[in-house]
Amino acid sequence: MTIQSKPYGQIEISDRQVITFPVGIFGFENLHKYALLDTGQPPFYWLQSLDETAIAFIIMNPYVFRPDYVLDVSGEDLDAIDYETDEDILVFAIVTIPEEESRMSANLQGPVIINRVRQLGHQAISLNQSWKTKHFIMDELEHAGAR
Amino acid sequence: MLILARRLNEKIVIGDDICVSVVDIRGDQVKLGIEAPKTVKVYRQEVYDAIQSENVEASKSAISLPSLDPYLKSDND
Repeated sequence: MTIQSKPYGQIEISDRQVITFPVGIFGFENLHKYALLDTGQPPFYWLQSLDETAIAFIIMNPYVFRPDYVLDVSGEDLDAIDYETDEDILVFAIVTIPEEESRMSANLQGPVIINRVRQLGHQAISLNQSWKTKHFIMDELEHAGAR
Repeated sequence: MLILARRLNEKIVIGDDICVSVVDIRGDQVKLGIEAPKTVKVYRQEVYDAIQSENVEASKSAISLPSLDPYLKSDND
């Protein structure tokens, strides 16, 4: 199918890349259909809204910079994506890139979880309160050896 | 806003299927027990606000992605 994307303009994607977020994500509750796009720049992906082209989120696997990250969310959050087994689940953190790129941060308090088999997505809330909305990725990678 | 006074272990019923009970009171902290259907989302206000505003900020990120390679390579040294 052909879609309009914020980073790449009009592109062709597979139906398998379409993820439905039944309750949207926080602050964007009215947007339910997204496409998961490769960026060619791992570990980043785009989560592109199919309802509103201007809305696209940069997401990444949080384990890349926090190998100690543990997904700790409620049963209700897992039910939202029809959770059955761990191997069906993809975990992402939404990334914020401000003007000063070195201050880019990832949100580990509100992880995005995707059931890739059911193609369902949901923004969960971490029950572990040590995970915050702003983890400075480059700082944490530089200091990773100290942990 | 409706304001109701409740004592320890007393409850408030909202609609047909939501029940809020006062579980514990210590100093300036009140513990509430909330029974609600799974379709009803219950959050601490400050957590909801923080995630929502971070999402809004994230949606305004630049389209160009910085490279993490220098950081990831040094990590493997």
